[in-house]
Amino acid sequence: MNAVIPNPLALIAELTHRCPLHCVYCSNPLELTARGRELSAETWARVFREAAELGVLQVDFTGGEPLARPDLVEIIRSARAAGLYASLISSGLPLDEKRLAELVAVGLDHFQLSFQGAEQNTAREFSGSNTHAQKLRVAGWVKRHHVALTLNFVVHRGNLHQLEDMIALTEKIEPGRVEFAHVQYYGWAFANRARLLPSRAQLEESLEILKSAEERLRGRIRVEFVVPDYFAKYPKPCMGGWGRKVLLIKPDGEVLPCHAASVLPGMALENVEQRPLGQIWSDSAAFQKYRGVEWMPELCRTCQRREQDFGGCRCQAFLLAQDAAATDPVCSLSPGRKIVDDILREANADSSAPALEAASVRDWIYRANPS
Amino acid sequence: MTPDPSKRPRLAPGCRLNEKSQPSRVLLMPERALRLNGPSLEIVERCDGTHTVGEIIADVQRLYSKAEPQKVEQDILEYLGRLHDQRALDFE
Repeated sequence: MNAVIPNPLALIAELTHRCPLHCVYCSNPLELTARGRELSAETWARVFREAAELGVLQVDFTGGEPLARPDLVEIIRSARAAGLYASLISSGLPLDEKRLAELVAVGLDHFQLSFQGAEQNTAREFSGSNTHAQKLRVAGWVKRHHVALTLNFVVHRGNLHQLEDMIALTEKIEPGRVEFAHVQYYGWAFANRARLLPSRAQLEESLEILKSAEERLRGRIRVEFVVPDYFAKYPKPCMGGWGRKVLLIKPDGEVLPCHAASVLPGMALENVEQRPLGQIWSDSAAFQKYRGVEWMPELCRTCQRREQDFGGCRCQAFLLAQDAAATDPVCSLSPGRKIVDDILREANADSSAPALEAASVRDWIYRANPS
Repeated sequence: MTPDPSKRPRLAPGCRLNEKSQPSRVLLMPERALRLNGPSLEIVERCDGTHTVGEIIADVQRLYSKAEPQKVEQDILEYLGRLHDQRALDFE
């Protein structure tokens, strides 16, 4: 490849795959990394320095649940020492106010707190845990300690009926920013897709509600939302393009271009324990594989949108069409679009929410925990 | 919104400039980063809760004395209003 390799701007650091929640749409791979293989805080510190040298500005600490790492304070301190902006993407437990104060003291910039809905019943149904009350406490602490707070509501067929209540809860908490993220279908969400994917009517109703909230709250709370790409005409530029802006490091140090790429066959993933991050980013086989336009099928390579959506998402092409190098089947020009249309036909046939009852719990595939 | 000239803008929680030692100056905020050049850096550096909007305008007009003062004022008000709507600024 002759084109200049761009600098990554953000690093997603999966500190652990352990988590006290069991969300049915978790973005982690089905094959989770065991605790014994997690990188040490010392290795993470070296990785942050290498990332900053590479041009990375921000690090998103995620998991699993990053708070499950007892050395998280040390890890955040080292990210700040490397000059990075530190965001924590968390369910809010295990945490008390004293530990939050320690995280803030070493430089935590931003706390992104996930919600499964507006009430305890949705938290229990979709995360298999009773955590809603704790989340409300955490939101209060974060505000009191003057750290940026984002609420992240993951929305889908099962909780869209609570959308107005989620907005009301947001107004009560008054964070700087709120994200309503429609589930994207990878990992555990792909396994539970039939029960999560809304109908087009449900989606459109939700977008109307969100657009009016965005308008009404402008200047008070920044409202952002992510739509499920199955409904789109063109695919999303996944991660801003393969190996262009973002890199992700798994708990054991494997470096990936996105959350889901470990499902792709024939990916020769490299590990930060073996090679400096800069080299892995610029010339590893995994990052070079779908970078630029050379790998693209004819349809994408000759398409005017090739530098806009970069052929869409490789993991989606693999999950839906069993070919990671195919045009993303979401694309209306793709020969695989029929696969998506068939899925949508089924979703559109019914606009009801599944009942939130113990009886239905048996039908979910809950995210497991690593050994 | 158009900011009141007597108010003092301050970067909101979780919004900060990266360090001076770094090659380019950036305003870091949740899930985004804004590259700052000459005038935008002069403005954001003064959003620390001690300068009023009016003082910032006067400072930048002095620094960029070749530019039309009214245009500078209008640009700064728009820029501060935009940062406020992105929840990067509070006015005190």
